[in-house]
Amino acid sequence: MEYALQQLVNGLTLGMIYGLVAIGYTMVYGIIGMINFAHGDIFMVGSFAGLIALLGLGMGGITFVPLALMLALLFGMMVTSLYGFTVERVAYRPLRGSFRLAPLISAIGMSIFLQNFVQVTQGARPKPIEPVIRGGVVLAHADGFDAVLSWVQMLIIVTTLAVLVVFTLLVARTPLGRAMRACEQDRKMASLLGIDTDRTIVLTFVIGAALAAVAGLMYLLYYGVIDFYMGFVAGVKAFTAAVLGGIGSLPGAVLGGLLIGLIETFWSAYFSVQYKDVAAFSVLILVLIFMPSGLLGRDEVEKV
Amino acid sequence: MAPTQPAPQRSASSSVQAALKDAGLAALIAFGVAAPMMGLRTVQGQGGLTISPRFDTVAIAVAAVFVGRLLLHAWQHRGGALRFTMPRLPGIERFAGPLLLAIAVALPFLPGVGRYEVDLGILVLTYVMLGWGLNIVVGLAGLLDLGYVAFYAVGAYTYALSAQYLGFGFWQALPLAGLMAATFGVLLGFPVLRLRGDYLAIVTLAFGEIIRIILLNWTSVTGGPNGLSGIPRPTFLGLSFTAGGGPGSFSDFFGLEPSPIHRIIYLYYIILVLALATNWLTIRLRRMPVGRAWEALREDEIACRSLGLNVTMTKLTAFAIGATLAGLAGAFFATRQAFISPESFTFMESALILAIVVLGGLGSQIGVAVAALVMIGGFEVFRGLDEYRMLVFGLVMVSIMVARPRGLVGERTPSVVLKERKAIDAALVREGAG
Repeated sequence: MEYALQQLVNGLTLGMIYGLVAIGYTMVYGIIGMINFAHGDIFMVGSFAGLIALLGLGMGGITFVPLALMLALLFGMMVTSLYGFTVERVAYRPLRGSFRLAPLISAIGMSIFLQNFVQVTQGARPKPIEPVIRGGVVLAHADGFDAVLSWVQMLIIVTTLAVLVVFTLLVARTPLGRAMRACEQDRKMASLLGIDTDRTIVLTFVIGAALAAVAGLMYLLYYGVIDFYMGFVAGVKAFTAAVLGGIGSLPGAVLGGLLIGLIETFWSAYFSVQYKDVAAFSVLILVLIFMPSGLLGRDEVEKV
Repeated sequence: MAPTQPAPQRSASSSVQAALKDAGLAALIAFGVAAPMMGLRTVQGQGGLTISPRFDTVAIAVAAVFVGRLLLHAWQHRGGALRFTMPRLPGIERFAGPLLLAIAVALPFLPGVGRYEVDLGILVLTYVMLGWGLNIVVGLAGLLDLGYVAFYAVGAYTYALSAQYLGFGFWQALPLAGLMAATFGVLLGFPVLRLRGDYLAIVTLAFGEIIRIILLNWTSVTGGPNGLSGIPRPTFLGLSFTAGGGPGSFSDFFGLEPSPIHRIIYLYYIILVLALATNWLTIRLRRMPVGRAWEALREDEIACRSLGLNVTMTKLTAFAIGATLAGLAGAFFATRQAFISPESFTFMESALILAIVVLGGLGSQIGVAVAALVMIGGFEVFRGLDEYRMLVFGLVMVSIMVARPRGLVGERTPSVVLKERKAIDAALVREGAG
């Protein structure tokens, strides 16, 4: 029982990280209908930016942990926002209005580029980091096994929820959010009604990238080691999460992320670690076969 | 960084000012992008990670962006557009194919072509075949498949395992590999082909990963990460290509000096024949009812359904035939390498093959061949650049796509014509909407 509780906590934490990355996929897909393959690598860049910031702050003498984390988070978000902006301008905007596969190939190229850019500039070796936050609270205790909710996990869950609330409000209440939803429904009509669609799209990328930076820093704090290749697997899982939850839906992305995280964790805990990805992907395939538009997605009505 | 509209006419001084301002802005963004990653390198020190700053590379990158942006402005000011069109030589479509074919057939015997070049030719032709195979799925039937490499892996492992456990030779295993891959194609295709474009893409991606993970972890059968080695080489009508010659070998039978180049040239012709057979099959299929159904399906699924086409069966045949071809290529890959491991079947391979198909121009046979030559050949040429190679590779992929979104060969001949056969622009061909 305690073991299961521990897995639940671990799964939720992992799921929150996936959920944050998945939001970036789902928003971009919702608004321009493309799989932003480079998003996983933006997440990786965000993780590296967080690492660089933490190291820099440590060398600069700022060791007060909440402040350092806050600054690292801001720095990471700034860096990835810039990356999101640049990637959109360089690789996707010239292809707007082109056929559907063109931006996908461009995105795959961008993903390869970003991975190898970081490999060349930061080195191929994994980057380990000392735990920034230690300890936690014991939730339950039985025959020598403690189910622990560590402070890092708590931080991840709380931060993710806070970020989610902020961004849900952003999409639901602000003019920018309204513009985004309008573009999602009908881009041509939105531009006829005076919405700067190019600006809205680039801001969507920037927001998605900033969320990826949050996820990247959380990943760094949680696992304590990152490398240039981590974006691919995390990106595929997060995209899986977005599809599972119903692509285009924000709560769906988080729900999908949580499900993928939980499936993965429980499968590793009770069956086999090697096949955890197979479990996650199999669930995806099953869900899509029986609910082709995901858990919270709307059915698309095809008109002729 | 391309503005979508040409700059309006302005006076010379103000346009220079605007260009400088824009280039400055681009340089600023480049600084923001480059400084954290290039400027602040994390290195493993004695007491954990530390940062070693080096801003010279950042300065170079920023300067390069500034100058590049200015040049772009100058180019656009002179009326240049960012979209490039291929120079159209009259009759190139008619001559390019036969010319390339002639070169391909004669390659091993051309002067100056050694072992390395023939080996490279084998590699390029493998990707040409894979590209043509995937072209049936993506280019003709309009189904976006991101897990094509799974079928390639199935073919390769089918041969390796049947050789290990059943003692099959290459020619016995080749049809089996194709059949096995087709079975997997149908197994996957049957439930998932009802899905719309991008969902199909992600499911095929997931399937590719599942296959790879199973190959990686089913150690007792597949050898896990160590892979399978000692896969037998193909024989020529029962004559082997052993290095030392001896009775029953190719060199002995024909009275030639034993040389490893014989085997390589033989492999080269095997893959050439396989690739040409793929091409021939595609061209024939396009004229058959099933091929027309694929193209119709790509253009409009609803119209097809209302005209009584069995959509699922049509998609399934495309999927199965594409998978078969990948399986055949996989068996060839296994016999060529004599060693296979899951590392050869990552998502990157799928992405590469898809990139070849799209960069070549969807549905264009010659375009796919040219794209395979450019991508794989170029990739090999820059082998010395090491880790910068993939960096450049990614950049080239983006640049080709931005410059020529319709692929290198942006037009194609229609499969069915009323009166005269003329090339149509690829922009008129839809894909993947199904």
